[in-house]
Amino acid sequence: METKKLTCIECPIGCEMEVGVEDGKVVFVKGNSCPRGKMYAENEVVCPKRVLTSSIRARSGEMVSVKTDQPIEKAKIFEIMEKINRTTCDLPVKVGDIVYEKIDGKANLIATTNVGV
Amino acid sequence: MKKKYDIVIIGGGPAGLAAAISAYDHGVQDVLILEREENLGGILNQCIHNGFGLTRFKESLTGPEYAWRFIDGVRERKIETLVSTTVLSVSRDKQVTAINERDGVFTIQAKAIVLAMGCRERSKGALNVAGTRPAGLYSAGTAQKYVNMKGYLPGQKVVILGSGDIGLIMARRMTLEGAKVLAVCEIMPFSSGLKRNIAQCLDDFNIPLYLNHTITKIEGKERVTGVVISKVDENKRPIVGTQRYIECDTVLFSVGLIPENELTKSAGVPLSLKTKGAIVYQNRETLIDGIFACGNVLQVHDLVDFVSEEAETAGVGAAEYVLYGNREKDVIDCKNGQNVSYVLPQKIDRNQKGIVKLYFRVTNTFKNCVIKLKSGEKVLTERKKRIAVPGEMESFLLTEELLAAVNGEIELSLEC
Amino acid sequence: MYDVLVIGGGVVGGLILRELTKYRLRVALVEKEDDVSMGQSRANSGIVHAGYDAAVGTLKAKFNLIGNRMMPSLAKDLGVKYVNNGSLVVAFSKEEIETLYELKSRGEQNGVAGLQVIDRTELLKLEPNISEEAVGALLAPTGGIVCPYELTIASIGNAMDNGAELFCGFDVCGIERAQDGFTVQSVSGQEIQAKVLINCAGIGGGKIASLLGDSIIVKGRRGQYILLDRESGDLVKHTLFFTPTKKGKGILVSPTVDGNIILGPTAEEIEDDNVETTSIGLENVTAGAKKMCKNVPLYNTITSFAGTRAYTDKHDFILEESEASPNAIHCLGIESPGLTASPAIAKYVVEELVSKHFELVKNEDFQPIRKPDYFFKNLSLEEKNEMIQKDPSYGKIVCRCEQITEGEIVRAVRENPPARNIDAVKRRTRAGMGRCQGGFCQPYVAELIARELQIPLEQVTKSGGESYLLRGKTK
Repeated sequence: METKKLTCIECPIGCEMEVGVEDGKVVFVKGNSCPRGKMYAENEVVCPKRVLTSSIRARSGEMVSVKTDQPIEKAKIFEIMEKINRTTCDLPVKVGDIVYEKIDGKANLIATTNVGV
Repeated sequence: MKKKYDIVIIGGGPAGLAAAISAYDHGVQDVLILEREENLGGILNQCIHNGFGLTRFKESLTGPEYAWRFIDGVRERKIETLVSTTVLSVSRDKQVTAINERDGVFTIQAKAIVLAMGCRERSKGALNVAGTRPAGLYSAGTAQKYVNMKGYLPGQKVVILGSGDIGLIMARRMTLEGAKVLAVCEIMPFSSGLKRNIAQCLDDFNIPLYLNHTITKIEGKERVTGVVISKVDENKRPIVGTQRYIECDTVLFSVGLIPENELTKSAGVPLSLKTKGAIVYQNRETLIDGIFACGNVLQVHDLVDFVSEEAETAGVGAAEYVLYGNREKDVIDCKNGQNVSYVLPQKIDRNQKGIVKLYFRVTNTFKNCVIKLKSGEKVLTERKKRIAVPGEMESFLLTEELLAAVNGEIELSLEC
Repeated sequence: MYDVLVIGGGVVGGLILRELTKYRLRVALVEKEDDVSMGQSRANSGIVHAGYDAAVGTLKAKFNLIGNRMMPSLAKDLGVKYVNNGSLVVAFSKEEIETLYELKSRGEQNGVAGLQVIDRTELLKLEPNISEEAVGALLAPTGGIVCPYELTIASIGNAMDNGAELFCGFDVCGIERAQDGFTVQSVSGQEIQAKVLINCAGIGGGKIASLLGDSIIVKGRRGQYILLDRESGDLVKHTLFFTPTKKGKGILVSPTVDGNIILGPTAEEIEDDNVETTSIGLENVTAGAKKMCKNVPLYNTITSFAGTRAYTDKHDFILEESEASPNAIHCLGIESPGLTASPAIAKYVVEELVSKHFELVKNEDFQPIRKPDYFFKNLSLEEKNEMIQKDPSYGKIVCRCEQITEGEIVRAVRENPPARNIDAVKRRTRAGMGRCQGGFCQPYVAELIARELQIPLEQVTKSGGESYLLRGKTK
């Protein structure tokens, strides 16, 4: 069995956790102080994912902050960034508006601010 | 334009917005928010990363999303706002002089004022780093503004000095937007940033963090061409022989935040040398009746959730001041004792009912210690603490019963 | 073909240029940097010396005294801040008191009025923060302060308003003598013809001299400074000097005309115009300041920087015709008290040296008064509102630390001599000069420069050349 050390990124506490992995399966999680931490650890050792935040330039030039509405594979971050850099939108745009559907096949890229509203 | 308001709030960032909403909901609707930028939301607008609001909303929001929850609240209540308006001075008798393009220079009389101007970054200039002063030296926040608000990359090969949260966040943002972050140097033996930010901003991108290191020389005539970094000893003095040259075109400085209290001073509000913000009671009233302060102008917070909480307290305080006038106070002084760098509020008025949340920071990293609240020699209460670090603001709840037992002053200390 | 071409846009070149525009001459100034006032006149103590320092009979002594007397009205004409704050040379021992009497006597021989040696009690009344160790001082009531780059910019601006031309980015690399004058070539391939040349190139003056066939060795001395926040502006009122010793003059502690406190300079021999600060240098500055005053609020440091001071082994001003090239004039080795002396030098050079080449006919249109670079924040309420009504951009604060408006920044880009980069705007308006050091306002200032010059944002520089702020768009 292999044990991995992780810092939880779910909240500001940043619990230091230990995860036991055997045959690609999580056997135990130690050091977490909430269920979210356990879930994070379980995902992190199998397929790490992150919510990606960035910004896009609207056609009229304004910057619009965006994020993926669910975590995407960490390994694909730079690939998705390239898509984000080519993405644009028209104004007005509101918090939650989808600016790129299923950017990794699953997560939508959504606006996180209101511009031109 | 109207020249008299019950409450004038200076600053339309997270503190000002939350204070306005809570004052309104507490029965004072004649409120004006003055904001110097074009948009409400303050620094949150450029903090486009996520992780805000976990305490308050139980979800991870980006800075703008967090701001919009409050901006929407202000708009729903039709609270008046004046943006692109800079306040020039505040007087003791609660006159606010401001300037904008449309109205020129004008003065507003308020019954109560809430100071919510936030903080600014400590500049690179304050550090006396040896070397040249070329282009490519930025405070982390300025770089954040260029990248997130303007869509420009300030540099391609970056060294960051200071591992506070803004520095860590910018290490990730610069990387995502196409730069190579070569090193983050921290003069202290520990990072003052959150652990999760070290994990997700540095470790995720294999960015090295050099603890006990600082930049000892900046090179480059027109644009930065490189820096020399050195290890430091326990007195933070560079150790000879540990110099290392790193070729780079950009240096970001993330070396601390300072409450922006120029207006507070213009009103003659007494400041604390420790927090560099006003001395306040638990309702966040300063030592000048009817002038309140909250958020990062009062003390630099780690989390915006606590800024909102503090601002709501101030909003209620300001509303009560407008509704009921100045009320007599029964004052307890709060002092910071051993291993505690400051406590806030610095004064507690026993006539104000309810539990008082005493915020404090510790001076160093402590393990398995005890927080003690004393009045004179008497220990009123104590609490065990597994770990306490300077980077994380701590709090301690004081009940009315506890305060009733206090004579004159209390002192909060940390003992190991 | 210009009548006179001034090489070097420092305070000496600037004031000479302005002096020339008082006559019917076609004049221009070339400067190698992207803005004027980029050498010695950029990073300098800004002291208007009383005149007790220079050896009796030297040009330094002569022009110091005259310049000191000219400065108040010149500053007024040019709309430049000048404060007659008085200087104090502080003694820390009995021996040093003796030196003060020597200085006093030298000053009196030089013609300096009002010099007085005061005891510790008197000193303490004038400067409550003076060190416990100080035993007395020489008070020089005619000492003052001025901002060196403000004076330079204003003099060149005024000269341009009176018809002079300015060529920035003109790095002289060749001078060809022709029958009736010179052809001056720049590194970038430009050429300018002039009948008379005036070499005011400061640290680069030796190179210009050699292009003219003369051998004058100009060396550089570096001075490092620390600047404190205006919040600490009441640390001292006078300019405080140490009593000079064999080792030199030591650092000074002085208010600036903008209300900051300046500490420095060090004095280090350097090879070129190296303006790096060093940790040892800055430590020497702080150590000196702590020796001079108690409670020096070093926590209020807002920046540190270094400048160069050019000198020659003659250690006196060189104001003379070129030996090898008739029609060329050298103004070199203008070390301290060069800033103080500069108005007097300008007058002398034009009236006594340039006059040999031209019959000086008065320019009846000369307008000595420069529309002042007034700071909006210093205007009355009525004046402010009048300006905002005319131009709303004066109602937009861009630099919050120094309360500088968009209108002032735009004016700096449009007026003579036009600012074309962030530092040039900073020197004219103080935007970015305050406690946040441009952290908040730099992106705004950059956008205004881009807008006014009609260039993309990524072409805006900090200080010309390749000092670009940005590395392109992210999307």
